[in-house]
Amino acid sequence: MVDGDISVSIGDLNVYYGDFHAIKHVSVDIKARDITAFIGPSGSGKSTVLRAVDRMNELIPGARTMGGVVIDGRNIYEPDVDVVELRKRVGMVFQRANPFPMSVFDNVAYGLRIHGTASSKELGAHVERSLRAAALWDEVKDKLRQSAFALSGGQQQRLCIARVLAVGPEILLMDEPASALDPISTLRIEDLMRDLAKQYTIITVTHNMQQAARVSTYTGFFLSGELIEFGRSDKIFTKPEDKRTEDYITGRFG
Amino acid sequence: MVAAASMAARNRPQAEDLRLPVHGTARMNNRTRELIAFTFLRLSALIVVLPIALIICLLVIQGAPALSLKFLFSYPSEGMRAGGIFPAIVGTIYLVLGTIVFAVPLGVMAAVYLSEYARPNALTRLIRLSIVNLAGVPSIVYGLFGFGIFVLLLGFGVSLLAGSLTLALLVLPVVIVAAEEALLSVPQTFREASLALGATKWQTIRRVVLPNALPGVITGVVLAIARAAGETAPILFTVAAFYLPRLPRSIFDQAMALPYHLFIMSTQVPNAPPGIQWGTALALLIIVLGMNLIAAVIRARFRRRRPW
Amino acid sequence: MAGDRRKITDAVMEAVIRFSGITTIVFVVLIFVLLLRNGLPVFRYTSVPKFLFGRDWLPLSGVFGILPLILGSLLVTAGAVVIAVPLGVAVAVYIAEVAPPRVKEFLKPIVETLAAIPSVVIGFIGLLVLAPVVQRLFSLPTGLTAFTGSVVLALMALPTITSIAEDAITAVPRDYRAASLALGATRWQTIRMAVVPAARSGIFSGAMLGIGRVIGETMAVLMVTGNAAVVPTTIFEPVRTMTATIAAEMGETVQYSPHYFALFAIGLVLFVITFAINLLADLAVRRSMASR
Repeated sequence: MVDGDISVSIGDLNVYYGDFHAIKHVSVDIKARDITAFIGPSGSGKSTVLRAVDRMNELIPGARTMGGVVIDGRNIYEPDVDVVELRKRVGMVFQRANPFPMSVFDNVAYGLRIHGTASSKELGAHVERSLRAAALWDEVKDKLRQSAFALSGGQQQRLCIARVLAVGPEILLMDEPASALDPISTLRIEDLMRDLAKQYTIITVTHNMQQAARVSTYTGFFLSGELIEFGRSDKIFTKPEDKRTEDYITGRFG
Repeated sequence: MVAAASMAARNRPQAEDLRLPVHGTARMNNRTRELIAFTFLRLSALIVVLPIALIICLLVIQGAPALSLKFLFSYPSEGMRAGGIFPAIVGTIYLVLGTIVFAVPLGVMAAVYLSEYARPNALTRLIRLSIVNLAGVPSIVYGLFGFGIFVLLLGFGVSLLAGSLTLALLVLPVVIVAAEEALLSVPQTFREASLALGATKWQTIRRVVLPNALPGVITGVVLAIARAAGETAPILFTVAAFYLPRLPRSIFDQAMALPYHLFIMSTQVPNAPPGIQWGTALALLIIVLGMNLIAAVIRARFRRRRPW
Repeated sequence: MAGDRRKITDAVMEAVIRFSGITTIVFVVLIFVLLLRNGLPVFRYTSVPKFLFGRDWLPLSGVFGILPLILGSLLVTAGAVVIAVPLGVAVAVYIAEVAPPRVKEFLKPIVETLAAIPSVVIGFIGLLVLAPVVQRLFSLPTGLTAFTGSVVLALMALPTITSIAEDAITAVPRDYRAASLALGATRWQTIRMAVVPAARSGIFSGAMLGIGRVIGETMAVLMVTGNAAVVPTTIFEPVRTMTATIAAEMGETVQYSPHYFALFAIGLVLFVITFAINLLADLAVRRSMASR
């Protein structure tokens, strides 16, 4: 994939929770190997749109998705698409770090084991590579067999990132990855994101506008389930076109 | 209510035409009433505790002298009037093992269905109603069912197989309820993380959900063991034997069992020595209460030491 | 391919799991059908009213009237309920509202222990200890009476009633109590007039489940209620319950004889009664949840 290509193309996306029309006609193109941020007040639907990219909304009973998310030329919502393979290519990092109740090593190796990607001899090498990519290796290399819960909050989140990287995705979805962390850990996550963007397409949801401004190349502003405005971050945060965007950015609400 | 009204009256300066008793005695009446009531409540608790303590003390005092190693490991002799209860103990162990083999896999899978696959629809409600009903079926009816289906219809005869299957059905609700509770206690976020990594549902259940629900499931299994070991009615016509000269050799053999042995000794054997009766009762009690204790301990440690 | 094998495993396991869920329904239906199949044939030898209301249970002479058995069950159950429900609710109230925490910690496990004691052991104690006492106390020819059965069954129903009633009482929101106390009511008045009425459905459901437990109990009643399959006139006579009849006579019947069918028919009656009680109790709980 060449930089500048479109990695994910969301077209006329509509999501319903029962009768509630949660996401209304959202269309946006995500550039490859760049960081795109979704911002907006609580309940604006930004997380729902994020989760639509790896079909995680399907875990919620009563959720229906209509419209298209095209990755690599195929609409992932077509009936014969293999969801399990999709989630191999599109990885997700959650708001609250959720390492499994297993050792650090087993957490990272989990994805490799379920996909059968590596023999048990190769596991060690893969795990090390993922932990290095997540900027965590030096801190945990002596603690690989300890429980993941022995790590700090920021380390646990980076562990979750390593866990996702081990599976070998192309696209990373990060749902407020640093919102539960202290400022120093937050900055480390942001550094990591910039680093990862050289290789991965990243879409991140955040309610921290300074973070969005620091980290992302493109930003989309959501309100009440609609995409109000989308464009380069430097423009959105300095000269937004829509008044509602401006109101949000200047802190008049949300 | 009188107290409430009189308090309100006290706050309003005029009370002449409120024909209520003087505030002071009204309050005293209610306080005494409360004292009497609470005394009755305390008494009722005592009334309940005393028989329980009595039963256990009696069993221990009368039964302990009989519980020698010889008693536990020898066969009954002289027409059941002497000797020990070894074959009954072994029979109970075999029955319990058989029960677990049938009830646990089925019960755990049914619990997995309820916690991981079932949607809130009519089918699920029907399943839950069925579980409640299975739990409420009288144990003798299970005995009848076991006799009709396993012994007669399927031709297993009066055997360990028939008895185990019957008991398995009896304890199934116990396993399902405990397992479901354990499965539901695993946080949803682990399932989400696993699925987001591209695992299939079964992989998620097998690698993340079940292992973390294990202590709770084991609690259910232990409770099922306790229940199966103590039941008499279901085994009356499906497996129980009055006296067998040797231990059962196959699953199609009859077997002796502790609860049945106690029943026979206390009602069907004339002049049965009380020592043997109390000893059998105490042995059974120790097994059953011991299992319940183990289950309670596992449950308590599971609740306290959850890693998440 | 590894991926395909995973998918096949997933599909197979899902089928196994769904099937396991449905077996619970299958078993209930199976039990009912078997009881019907082996019970209905008795009506070739007698009519439904003669079966249900006949006063004579003489299976060896081909007379199958189960009224004495039904009345036996009813009498013993009624006696047990009269003892166990007030006592059980009282203990539940005590545990939930009055007992100091240390006593609570010690009382609850004791009551739960009672639930764990096998019925044959309780029957054994009833036979050896309680029956002689009853005999002497009331100057009866024998201590094996419906009364003895009621006492024993009350003991067995207590834990069920107490624990469900206690759950229901503890579930009453704290605001109810606070509001009542703030009006100047004593704790007892609060319990009596605010908390217990609010926990009504749960308590009722506990009582129902306790009754279900009692009606279905076999071994303990078999051992202490004597062996008289006749219509009882007082509670201090030997009786026979439906459950005890099946347990006592099944071993001696010839397969597929009228007696055999009659015993299964009794089982059918038992199944229907306990099914109805469970349904009622379940509805009561459902209603109490909905009204919250």
